[in-house]
Amino acid sequence: MKVLVTGGRGLLGSATVAELRRRGHEVTTFQRNPSGNLQEILGDVTDASAVQRAVAGNEAVVHLAARVSIAGAWEDFIAANVDGTSNVVNACRTEGVKRLVHVSSPSVAHAGEPLVGVGAQPADPENVRGHYARSKAMAEIIALNANSPELAVTAIRPHLVWGPGDTQLVERIIDRARSGRLFLIGNGQSLIDTTYVDNAADALACAVEHCPGGRAFVVSNGEPRTVAEIVARIAQAGGSKVRGRVPYPVAFAAGKVIERVWGDRPSDPPITTFLAEQLSTAHWFDQRETQLALHWVPKVSLDEGFRLLDRAYRN
Amino acid sequence: MRGPSVPAPATLPPADLPGLDPSWSRLVTCDDRDGIARTWHVLDKEVQNPRVTVLAVHGNPTWSYLWRQVLASAPADVRVVAVDQLGMGFSERLTTQRRLEQRIDDLGRVTAALEIDGPVVVLAHDWGGPISLGWALAHDAQIRGLVLTNTAVHQPSDSGIPRVIALARVEPLRAFNTERLPIFLRITTALSGSRISPEVRRAFWAPYLKADRRTAISDFVEDIPVKPSHPSAAILNEVAEGIRGLQVPTLMLWGPGDPVFSDRYLNDLRERMPHAQVHRYEGARHLVIEDAPSLVDDFWMWMGDLDTPRQQLEEVTENPQALQLELGTSLPLWTGFEQRARTHPNQDAIVEPAGSGRWRRVSWRQLTMKVDLLARGLVGRGIHRGDRVAVLVTPGADLIATVYACWQIGATVVIVDAALGVRGIRRALRSARPTSIIAIPKAIPIVQGLGAKVIASGQLARIAAEGKSKPSPERAQAHDEAIVVFTSGSTGPAKGVVYRHEQIARTRDLIVAHLDITERDALVAAFAPWAVLGPALGIASVIPDMDVTRPATLTAKALGAAVQAVGGTLMWGSPAALRAVVDTQDGLRDKSQLATLRLVMGAGAPVSRELLQGMKDLCPTADVRTPYGMTEVLPVTDVSLTEIIAAGDGPGVLVGHPLAGVDVRISALDSLGQATGALSESACVLGEVVVRAAHVKDRYDALWATQRRSSREVGWHRTGDVGEIDEQGRLWIGGRLSHVITSPSGPIAPVAIEQRMGVITDVLQAAAVGVGPLGNQQVVIVLETNRVVDLDLIDEVRSLAQMPVAAVLARTSLPVDIRHRSKVDRTALAIWAAQTLAGRS
Repeated sequence: MKVLVTGGRGLLGSATVAELRRRGHEVTTFQRNPSGNLQEILGDVTDASAVQRAVAGNEAVVHLAARVSIAGAWEDFIAANVDGTSNVVNACRTEGVKRLVHVSSPSVAHAGEPLVGVGAQPADPENVRGHYARSKAMAEIIALNANSPELAVTAIRPHLVWGPGDTQLVERIIDRARSGRLFLIGNGQSLIDTTYVDNAADALACAVEHCPGGRAFVVSNGEPRTVAEIVARIAQAGGSKVRGRVPYPVAFAAGKVIERVWGDRPSDPPITTFLAEQLSTAHWFDQRETQLALHWVPKVSLDEGFRLLDRAYRN
Repeated sequence: MRGPSVPAPATLPPADLPGLDPSWSRLVTCDDRDGIARTWHVLDKEVQNPRVTVLAVHGNPTWSYLWRQVLASAPADVRVVAVDQLGMGFSERLTTQRRLEQRIDDLGRVTAALEIDGPVVVLAHDWGGPISLGWALAHDAQIRGLVLTNTAVHQPSDSGIPRVIALARVEPLRAFNTERLPIFLRITTALSGSRISPEVRRAFWAPYLKADRRTAISDFVEDIPVKPSHPSAAILNEVAEGIRGLQVPTLMLWGPGDPVFSDRYLNDLRERMPHAQVHRYEGARHLVIEDAPSLVDDFWMWMGDLDTPRQQLEEVTENPQALQLELGTSLPLWTGFEQRARTHPNQDAIVEPAGSGRWRRVSWRQLTMKVDLLARGLVGRGIHRGDRVAVLVTPGADLIATVYACWQIGATVVIVDAALGVRGIRRALRSARPTSIIAIPKAIPIVQGLGAKVIASGQLARIAAEGKSKPSPERAQAHDEAIVVFTSGSTGPAKGVVYRHEQIARTRDLIVAHLDITERDALVAAFAPWAVLGPALGIASVIPDMDVTRPATLTAKALGAAVQAVGGTLMWGSPAALRAVVDTQDGLRDKSQLATLRLVMGAGAPVSRELLQGMKDLCPTADVRTPYGMTEVLPVTDVSLTEIIAAGDGPGVLVGHPLAGVDVRISALDSLGQATGALSESACVLGEVVVRAAHVKDRYDALWATQRRSSREVGWHRTGDVGEIDEQGRLWIGGRLSHVITSPSGPIAPVAIEQRMGVITDVLQAAAVGVGPLGNQQVVIVLETNRVVDLDLIDEVRSLAQMPVAAVLARTSLPVDIRHRSKVDRTALAIWAAQTLAGRS
């Protein structure tokens, strides 16, 4: 199948491109900066005509490109995540693409309360926390609304993707652990799902191949762990340890203050209310429906993933 | 005195009341007997050609809203009609008081207008009881069944009227309480437990928001006939006597915590309708349907049985003659000691400590005489066949003689464990409703005010003396009720369990056969229930010098002395007693004192392999075993230490092969942990353990729904335990059904995992619980340890668990049940784990 992957440069993007190619698909990538891929088109998702040129001639599109940071101006999130998705959806329609796999986030349905073993609930832009989650919630609704007999749209919400080479979760934890700034928020015992990057890429490839249209699925390893354990294992891979704990209300209040003073600075602040909530409330999911619909099971267990991470940092 | 009487038409209820579907509401107009057109509000879930119609009648001061859950869950072929009585709910408001007689007539007119002409099951609450029973007597050709919830038809003469009602009736307080201020209304909804939400409470009040809407509430209270001269006394009496002739299936569902319609009224109804099935929901109060979450399901289960072959099957097995034919040769319970009295009159029957290391010895002749005299004396004191007698006497010769005396009379012995505590004992006695209570001095204050005659145990000698001049009573038959015992109460309130003579006789026969018991055996009874069984087995029993109600007070020295006193060959002890013996073995100077023991049994709760080994080390020549069973059937299987060692690790605790005559099946669990599978003998399937044997309990006492669920398959008992049968036909127990973890890959029983945690350093105990929604639960291991949960400990737990474990938590102690202090309360622990792992603290 001819497949376009937008945002093919990141951790999940490059793993997805590799997995699709391994499965024999003909993959083109679309992103702002050169990735070194053999087949790539440079451009921005906010540029509708560039998107249309890239989409043309493909049977399926995996839409990964997004603004992922915690901080930043709302307009930037709207442009990248909402308008960008609209551009991709419109291009798919006009170019006769058969399948669109929209990469979303479990945060689109997380209003702050613990999520315990639930399935993918509807995206809720009204109540979710932070610019990122809100813009992604809007994007998912736009994408799923485009589902039709001509264009099957599946939304995949990979939960906390990590692996060797991860600049988001893993690098930050290890950096902070190494500089003695790694604190756990709350009791560290909230149970959360994570996804080893190869499993997420595998799930996206399965979604391209089966594409159960009109629905959203959370993808995770199906092995929830306490925040304390995940952070400790990642820190251990980087050869460090967790220093101590910050009670949740303190972290939440700090997040509030920092959000106000941080404003629209481009870099991520050390803590936001969103992050405080994310790391101190349970969020793990029912994977039965996902695995059935995508014909997918995670191949790399968390234990195996941590071993791979450990090896990556030793080298 | 009436308040202002303002007529008002019937209306439809507000559309937004929780649980009420507006499409059920109808207004129906029909003439009353005075020819005046009256408009009723009724809830009517109409169906085409209903199999049966449920006519639900509320009391005072509620309305048809009470029955909303019944309507919501009605099967497709049943019509449910719930009326609002005139002047009540959203029916028409009246200008004059309406008395019982006319209300019965009214109900007939509205059912005619609603064209209810097929079979009817009446469902009633409170004063809806007399009205709908009056209706039933007038429509006896139509009546198919009666279901009564906290109601009354008669004021028992031995007591005053309930205080709430009495207070409400005081003129002029009545109008004030019931009408001007909604006090009576509010008390009634408050009479329910905490399950009523504020929204539901407001819905109950919705028709009664203004004083002129509450006139009928006041009138109803006034219409309660407390004196024979009251205008409604005659008709109420007619109903109360009339229902004695109603031979239709009847179910009484009761909230015993009701300060208005207490157990006294239930007992009055049971006396009038002895064929009625009864379920008392412990903890539920006046609005029992709101308080007891399972009541509506139970009601429909009973409704379903009305027309199924199951009912007939049960009637056949409960037919005494059929049973006697089937049982044939089981001898009465007293045969064992009466025979010994003839063959060895002067040998020891019961040996008990008499202080300062001496023993009191009761010979077979003495025991037989004592039982006979007591039986005669008790009859003289008014105890007869079919009566229930609670015996709160310390295990020993007095208790044993009293039990057998009651059995000979045909009176049912009610045994309550002191460990239930004062509240638990009183609750148990209220449910068992003995007519007499024989109690030691310490227990007498506890058992006052229960409506039973209290006899001090000190009177027993005098009663026996009185017996000399009394004739011997006719002896009990195999089918007579013998005993009510109580479950441990580790999962909710203790449940009464009824055995008939034949079922106890079968227990005895099974034990004799399985353990090869002969006259040469002698029993050391450190486990209270078995102390009573010794004479039935026809072997001498000795009670060690200990507080039998506190097993941990046994010592190795006391055990040695007891064994010596009778040449003991068999020992039964609870795990706590065995633990105490092992822990005090240094105090036993001459270990050969235990050498006559050929069999040591640990019973009453799960016994660890390590504890059995401790006993084996102490009594090397004895066979050390532990039976598996429960209050409802014991024993089911048994297993020796040798077998346990040989079997090694498995899917739980090995309890061995079923005994001869005991059938064990497994009902497989579905993904939600429900035991829905058909009874199967297949190996290696996890499911609920289901047992059939001649010695299974007769039934639960006044717990119809519990009994019905436990005997879903007629003739079988669902144990509530889960386990597997292995390839060799041995049973392994994996825990309680309610503790099963429903993981995405299938149900998991906790015990096997917990056992594997036993090897971790500095971990005293472990519990496996599930967190998350049913069917998608994650396994969490909670350790009793002072260790910090670090990655090393987590890794060790995961490698031992042999299955995915989401989290490892540590506590300095695990919650255990109140009674045994040995069963980990996994339900409480699962709630704690779920809270902990939800985060935010």
